[in-house]
Amino acid sequence: MYSEKVLKHFKEPKNVGEMKDADGMGTVGNPVCGDMMSMYIKVKDDTIENISFKTFGCGAAIATSSMTTELAKGKTLDEAMDITRQDVANALDGLPPVKMHCSNLAADALHEAIKNYKENKEK
Amino acid sequence: MSDNLKAYMDNGAGKPVDPRVLDEMNLYHTEFYGNPASFHSKGFEALTALKTARERVSSLINADPKEIIFTSGSTEANNLALIGGVRRYKKRGTKVVISAVEHISVINITKKLTREGFTVQLCPVDEHGVIKLSELEKLVDDDTVMVSIMTANGEIGTIQPIKEAAEIAHSHEALFHTDATAAMGQIDLDVRHSDVDYMTLSSNDMYGPRGVGALYIKIGIRITPLMIGGGQEQGVRSGTENVAGIMAMSKAAEIAQEEMAEESGRLSELRDALIKGLLEVIPESYLNGHPMNRLPNNANIRYSFIEGEALIMSLDDVGVQLSSGSACAAKTLEPSHTLLACGLKHEEAHGSLVFTLGKNNNRRQVDYVIQEMPGIVHRLRAMSPLTPEELR
Repeated sequence: MYSEKVLKHFKEPKNVGEMKDADGMGTVGNPVCGDMMSMYIKVKDDTIENISFKTFGCGAAIATSSMTTELAKGKTLDEAMDITRQDVANALDGLPPVKMHCSNLAADALHEAIKNYKENKEK
Repeated sequence: MSDNLKAYMDNGAGKPVDPRVLDEMNLYHTEFYGNPASFHSKGFEALTALKTARERVSSLINADPKEIIFTSGSTEANNLALIGGVRRYKKRGTKVVISAVEHISVINITKKLTREGFTVQLCPVDEHGVIKLSELEKLVDDDTVMVSIMTANGEIGTIQPIKEAAEIAHSHEALFHTDATAAMGQIDLDVRHSDVDYMTLSSNDMYGPRGVGALYIKIGIRITPLMIGGGQEQGVRSGTENVAGIMAMSKAAEIAQEEMAEESGRLSELRDALIKGLLEVIPESYLNGHPMNRLPNNANIRYSFIEGEALIMSLDDVGVQLSSGSACAAKTLEPSHTLLACGLKHEEAHGSLVFTLGKNNNRRQVDYVIQEMPGIVHRLRAMSPLTPEELR
């Protein structure tokens, strides 16, 4: 059973879609496991100005993706790197225990996107 | 969403109890509540009820009343047949052969048998989920004590050739068990024709209550009891009989016998309309299971690029309830072993939906599901990084 917040973010996810002009992109998970997420970020002055996601997966995978974009938007890159899976789960009023590991990958995808942005910048 | 468009299509997971069954059950809870072991008129009433129940249930499967042992459900009947059967006949061999698409209860029981020293082998299935009889022939030998092949698969609907499988088992003097749970009340079951030694029977699958089931044990075939006590059910299954539940199950069996032909015909038409309609309106969708030889109530459809639990949640939101082969909807976090055995990849199994129709479903509901599905699939596909450009 999911919390009301998870259901809401599943039904009306925020910031869905690919970002063509993203400054950084990160993908985690894989379709074999049943969950795969891509995060796209647009960065200005070391701050996440815009963020979006695409997710293949269960209700929790979609809801955590949506919530992660909400938590990260407007944060500095350092602040966004500190967002944990637990933060995302807490913001959704919790997740069923089995979903904590398999479907709660969105924070990882966010971190990958930030790393990707930094790599792109160094080039 | 108006109420009459709500469509419960998860009848394989749970069915409502038929009101006629409920009436019968109530009588045995409130009026004929005696213990069949008591030597007085209240006891005799209950004893007579058990006799009637055994006649009704045996009649459904063309068995003799003496061949019916009532249990607490299908899982217990599977335990009794497999564990009780191989323990009783362990001198005949050390091998147990089951199909790769058995219900989880049978699979887990055989894991226990492995710890008791038996070797368990899985008979593979083809892409439609039908056991490969040629492989079964190779697997079964004189060291095989038991073969267990389900009558039909509740998830993909595929009906198995149990008569042929029983013949192979018997040619090596192995016992043959079939779990008929998913087939109950849907297709003809004939233990004489199929020549099975044990058959697991369910109550809820034919609109009886949960908490009761039965095991058919062929006359002359023995079993080692698992439940020890007062020696009820010919000493095979001790415990004061659940007379009300047993009578209810038998009433359900009686109704099934009378109404099955007509109802299965009606369900087959609904099923075919559902399958045809769904495959037509959504690209990259496929039927799982056998195209023809399947249970009248079962449609199993696979959608590429999306995941089953998300589909279930979206459908529930528009009043449609069903099941999925996805890992995410399962306790184990593994996708359906049945779909994997049919050769599907993990990512394909994740996107499968199981529709199991029942008495309460009608054509309007089928049309409603066909109408709602494209929007739901499209929304999830638009969100998925796996969806190719042209399908977004």
